[in-house]
Amino acid sequence: MRNKPVLLSALGLLAFLAIWEAAPRFALVPNSLLPAPSDLPQAFLREFRSGIWLEMVRLSLSHYLVGFAWGSGLGAILGVLTGMYFDIEHLLAWVVRLLRPIPNLAWAPFAIIWFGVDEAAAVFIISIGVFWIVFFAAQAAIRGVDRDLIELVDAFGFRSGPERLVKVLLPAATPGILVGLRTALGQAWMAVVAAELSGVSGLGSRMMQASSLLATDIVVVYMLTMAVLYGVMDALFVFSQERLLKWKP
Amino acid sequence: MEAVSEAPPVISIKGLGLAFEQDGVRTEVLRGLDLDVKPGEFVAIVGSSGVGKSTLLRVLMDLAKPTTGSVELRPDAAAERALALVFQDARLLPWRRVLSNVRLGLEKTRATRVQRRERALKALTLVGLRDLADRWPYQLSGGQRQRVALARALAVEPAILLMDEPFSALDVATRENLQDELIRIRAETGKTILFVTHDIDEAVYLADRVVALGGKPGEVRAVRSVDVARPRKRGAWALIEISQAVKAEIAAEAAAAREDWVI
Repeated sequence: MRNKPVLLSALGLLAFLAIWEAAPRFALVPNSLLPAPSDLPQAFLREFRSGIWLEMVRLSLSHYLVGFAWGSGLGAILGVLTGMYFDIEHLLAWVVRLLRPIPNLAWAPFAIIWFGVDEAAAVFIISIGVFWIVFFAAQAAIRGVDRDLIELVDAFGFRSGPERLVKVLLPAATPGILVGLRTALGQAWMAVVAAELSGVSGLGSRMMQASSLLATDIVVVYMLTMAVLYGVMDALFVFSQERLLKWKP
Repeated sequence: MEAVSEAPPVISIKGLGLAFEQDGVRTEVLRGLDLDVKPGEFVAIVGSSGVGKSTLLRVLMDLAKPTTGSVELRPDAAAERALALVFQDARLLPWRRVLSNVRLGLEKTRATRVQRRERALKALTLVGLRDLADRWPYQLSGGQRQRVALARALAVEPAILLMDEPFSALDVATRENLQDELIRIRAETGKTILFVTHDIDEAVYLADRVVALGGKPGEVRAVRSVDVARPRKRGAWALIEISQAVKAEIAAEAAAAREDWVI
């Protein structure tokens, strides 16, 4: 049957929802600990009508996008440079080893001290998480470019750094850099929650508020909100990636 | 062959040697190589692998630096570039369509967008692939890819075309087909061609002159003119004779070299 995979995945999702619904409904789990899926539409409507939902989505989305742009932009530039020039890589080698293992959440105290409880603090924390992923992906992608293609471009007279970058390195490294960007796309949502735990308004802070009031249905509403936002972004990313990599068989 | 012989050489290689050092071990790839190529001449360089044939082309392209000797190029003033190289593997840039691949070398010139497109199309037409201008490289066969690589080299209108075993990775039918195409293109464009191959029969079929390299480091072992009128017939007795003679000379030289070793 051709539709078997579709049917099976729908079945899996339905079974998951059924078990979830049954657990609080038959008091296997107290309702205060786990809201039933059927409670969620109401909770969502309450949040939506008060305008809070839209505002929180708007705030988080702006942290997310700005943080992602900064982190991935700087990560790609430095990754490409260290990939192209060993001198720059050696120069930064120990700086990287020193800074890399610090979890981005550990920067929260500094973020607050430097930027205050402000959007900039959240953007900063998010961009650090994104930075490393894209940095290493870009560096490896540039290193991995086929030597033969570089020689070919050399043979046609493109020998300066910028010429090589444009004619061969960047296009050849694009698939590898895109893998890094896609990983970072998911990682950045985790960073959003973490960054907003420090009090900057957004989905993360709203979840913390709700959880301190034991409003678990609202917590789940925002968990799902994040899942949907991520899903849409990933789908858009894959769509544009396919257009960008049309040349791949 | 004909009027060609009077003009000064377009390539003069004198005493060319190349050695490199790796992990403290010095390897000599070429030693004392002399070679003159006249304008419009088709010279084939033969020799087994590791004899420095490709290295010679890389030196000419300025992709490798010689340790000793000199290379002098006297390209026709009308030529935009002195040299263009066709590699053994087509090395098409997979993210560029066929036409864009052919245009690559032109992006280094002062030609306008329209001129680049026209010249690229002209080169593609010359190799008979105009219809495939919009394809991606992965959609081409091995022979088509090599034709595109040839068009890419021709598009920059080089004075001299260097070819590094360009047909050796192709099946026999495709190879013979491309050999004849090359003969036709050479007749149409009058290009000077320096063609490296390990296939002596191919060298004799294509070239005006065959230069055999041998030994380690590589040296010139034999030089033979192929004074057979064109169009040549594949497998003609005159060609086979020259082939046999070149092979015999290489074998004799190799035997002599071994004796030197023993002593």
